[in-house]
Amino acid sequence: MPKEYITTREITGPLIVVERVEKASYNELVEIKVPDGSTRRGQVLEVDGDKALIQVFEGTSNLNLGETRVKFLGRGIELGVSPAILGRIFDGSGKPVDGIPPILPEKKLDINGSPINPYARDYPSEFIQTGISSIDGLNTLVRGQKLPIFSGSGLPHAELASQIARQSVVLGVEEKFAVVFIAMGITFEESNYFIQSFKESGALERSVMFLNLGDDPVIERIATPRFGLTAAEYLAFDLGMHVLVILTDMTNYCEALREISSARKEVPGRRGYPGYMYTDLATIYERAGRIKGKRGSITQIPILTMPEDDKTHPIPDLTGYITEGQIFLSRSLNQQGIYPPIDVLPSLSRLKDKGIGQGKTREDHSDVLNQLFACYARGREARELATVLGEGALTNVDLAYVKFAQEFEKRFVNQGITEDRSVEQTLEIGWELLSIVPVEELKRIRPQFIEKYMSKYLKKEEVNSAA
Amino acid sequence: MVENLGKIVKVAGPLVVAEDIPGAKMYEMVYVSDRRLFGEIIEVKGNLSSIQVYEDTSGIGPGEPVYPTALPLSVELGPGLIGSIYDGVQRPLDALRTKYGDYIIKGLFEPPLSREKKWRFEPLVKEQEEVVGGDVLGTIEETPLVIHKVIVPPGLDGSVESIVKAGVYTVEDTVAIVKTREGLREIKFYHRWPVRNPRPVKTRLPPNEILVTGQRVIDSFFPIAKGGTACVPGPFGSGKTVIQHQLSKWTNADIIVFIGCGERGNEMTDVLIEFPELKDPRSGRPLMERTILIANTSNMPVAAREASVFTGITIAEYYRDMGYNVALMADSTSRWAEAMREMSGRLEEMPGEEGYPAYLASRLASFYERAGRSIILGREEKEASLSVIGAVSPPGGDLSDPVVQGTLRTVRVFWSLEDTLAYARHFPAISWLSSYSLYVDVLSDFYRKEMGEDWNRIRVKAMSILRREAELLEMVRLVGIDALSSSDRLILETARSIREDFLQQNAFMAEDTYTSLKKQYRIMKLIDLFDELARESLEAGVDLEKIIALPVKVDISRAKLISEDRLDEFDNIEKKIRESFSALEKEVQHA
Repeated sequence: MPKEYITTREITGPLIVVERVEKASYNELVEIKVPDGSTRRGQVLEVDGDKALIQVFEGTSNLNLGETRVKFLGRGIELGVSPAILGRIFDGSGKPVDGIPPILPEKKLDINGSPINPYARDYPSEFIQTGISSIDGLNTLVRGQKLPIFSGSGLPHAELASQIARQSVVLGVEEKFAVVFIAMGITFEESNYFIQSFKESGALERSVMFLNLGDDPVIERIATPRFGLTAAEYLAFDLGMHVLVILTDMTNYCEALREISSARKEVPGRRGYPGYMYTDLATIYERAGRIKGKRGSITQIPILTMPEDDKTHPIPDLTGYITEGQIFLSRSLNQQGIYPPIDVLPSLSRLKDKGIGQGKTREDHSDVLNQLFACYARGREARELATVLGEGALTNVDLAYVKFAQEFEKRFVNQGITEDRSVEQTLEIGWELLSIVPVEELKRIRPQFIEKYMSKYLKKEEVNSAA
Repeated sequence: MVENLGKIVKVAGPLVVAEDIPGAKMYEMVYVSDRRLFGEIIEVKGNLSSIQVYEDTSGIGPGEPVYPTALPLSVELGPGLIGSIYDGVQRPLDALRTKYGDYIIKGLFEPPLSREKKWRFEPLVKEQEEVVGGDVLGTIEETPLVIHKVIVPPGLDGSVESIVKAGVYTVEDTVAIVKTREGLREIKFYHRWPVRNPRPVKTRLPPNEILVTGQRVIDSFFPIAKGGTACVPGPFGSGKTVIQHQLSKWTNADIIVFIGCGERGNEMTDVLIEFPELKDPRSGRPLMERTILIANTSNMPVAAREASVFTGITIAEYYRDMGYNVALMADSTSRWAEAMREMSGRLEEMPGEEGYPAYLASRLASFYERAGRSIILGREEKEASLSVIGAVSPPGGDLSDPVVQGTLRTVRVFWSLEDTLAYARHFPAISWLSSYSLYVDVLSDFYRKEMGEDWNRIRVKAMSILRREAELLEMVRLVGIDALSSSDRLILETARSIREDFLQQNAFMAEDTYTSLKKQYRIMKLIDLFDELARESLEAGVDLEKIIALPVKVDISRAKLISEDRLDEFDNIEKKIRESFSALEKEVQHA
């Protein structure tokens, strides 16, 4: 029976300091009995001699110095797992909230996990078809990748993420698939949108949800993604499933991190975020991946809202340095009614080159992708020029590029919220659009592909101009 | 034995404070708790020692013991390093996986060099021969690409008392005994060296030869010399890692040490999968046979990240001491600096700029200063070099970041990556306007010999055209392209050709990923020739639109895809350019 301490000496923000502790260790789980009889959970952040500094997940309201009882449990925070977690909904600290009795755990796992040995990793190279052209065609997602959505408030990131979750398939194979949904500080409405959308597509039975909503304890958010990812690792590497993890909203997570840091009076880094935020975020994002010799995989789609749409803000900045690319949502495209409003130029998938090409998507994919990027970049530049100087100042070639950019946004990027395009359809739209610019401008495509895939669109153009 | 142990009093993340460690020394290696977590003393105050622990400290608490070792943090140097993948404190990740599974769990240990593996040894010295530190006792074929030289450790000299015959031995076998003034010393295939001490050389020399990278923008415009230092700062997504990978694949160094410092796990996997398959362009052997990997990914313990660059550079110096040209890539030094910042914060040191410790710049300088071209130790006069290329990841791509500024003060080459170039898929996204190389002058003789007499002229001309382009584009933005004269518009055309047909290089296309110096010269020559003839034609009254529409431009744009063994095709294109222009001029004369 572990001792209960009533020697709490200090309460500041989410932290308490307990004195005269005999045996406490770093990262240990503690149970705190509040004077009103309820219990809360916390974690040791630092032990100095007989003093232990503890972060309380459910907050410190109602705690006092005399009657608060603290018990050190001698272990880290754990999540009980079994195949029965599929279809269940938990709160941000791993307790079921769907009204069904708790599961009987097959085993208990430390939620901090351990880093995957880089030598044990298998390189992600399996193409995931999301049915969204601007992702499949230009910023291809592969199994085991972590590809965040950089969004802003008011942009349809929830719609996009749930569309990806609904439509994702790996071509030509039928395999066990699961979704882990991790909500940190989002609104009830947003989380409800995800639940409804999973329900409608029948994905609810193969998903696990961890919900910490806007009115739930802030500090709990530190643990929520770790509970979710522990469940994901179990599903992927013990049960051999392909798991898609959606984390939303990472901005709220980072703010919770900052709150603890400032309560500890640490030296702040940029914009008050702690200097170790990069390492901390890495312990979340790096839990995506594949392991040699194991069937399953973890693919992560973290969502974060950039404060003031500023990508140099520490949260998107550090995320971008860890994740394998990013999908940028653009406010101006959204205002033009284009869905999904993905700005493809700053978007990037670092792993796309291994997931595309012959045998995976199509032989011409890489060339088409490079060419579409280059043409769209040039078209945008020309369009900006035209707004300053008027269209008259543009050469004919530049005018063709402007037209290309318009059509590209309208037909390639824009698509329905339930529209599921195959990668062939995506590439064909791409070829059709490329026929707008003069063929000698297509320097990034090998001539044999132009001949093979372009001719049908060229003829049509010629027929049109003749008529 | 309890009195010989220290006792933990405080645990805060990777920092552990212990009291009463007997004989505690700065940078001494210790084992923390009975789980034997590996750490290093980084501060001594009275009877308290602060220890940075290279493993996760969850579950460790006050009262647990600390075991001193009296040794500084060191690496094992010997055969078997090549082709290995180590973490930041030289634990072999491949052996750990075989033994303990897919995750890195704390308290694991495996010797960095295999104790079982047998190596075939050929002695090169005889008994009674006088030897000094750095002399080669014999050789081992470590891989088909690398002859490993068993050298006398620096600082040791005397006469060879005995040496084993040619044969197979393990790293633990004694292969020679040297009689020194202090007595007999046994020499094995390996020795240990403290990572924070640079390995000595006889004399340091200024660099004089180019490190060929096969990347056109680097070799032709912003070259790095053998023994030089370079840095690649850029925001995320601008292609730092691709450049680092390209350099480790194609540079003409003998040995590559690649440090993945606080970066993505999948990137190391990429290297591990790709390098054994890629062939060295000179020998045709797999690149892995000359590569050593240090992987301390972002989610691995932060203190080991701090050590990883020292581990890497000590290994690199060891191969330099055998007489090799070694290139070291560190991706990314910002993560290393952040690890220093984190430890400094936990030590409650007074922070400098952006929370980094005040000694940041001096640490960066002392790391890059370990690069250089030098005469190595030993009786013979032998030259070798160690080049260092560090990636920097400034927050938000902001170059005023203290890590960037500290690095720029020491390195001689600056490859500035820009995200606007990356968004336009101009790769490598090295800006031709803000990058620089201070080796251009010392290399000019080399360029003249290797590329062509007129190379320096062509290079300067190309650079000034690109600079002029930037000015002209400003003007176009204000007044439109029609306001430019034909000759200015020709400058824009030539600049575009330089950018698209020369500077852009696709790392993922087999024909384009590596370009020899000769071929770089030939491509540049085509662009130069076209520009020159176009200028003459303009003066002769040819319309610019006609020049731009010449079909030979397509040949120039595809010249980079011409394979290395068919460089004579360039002669045909040159001929075609001349013919096209004389045809144009004839037209004008007839009209």
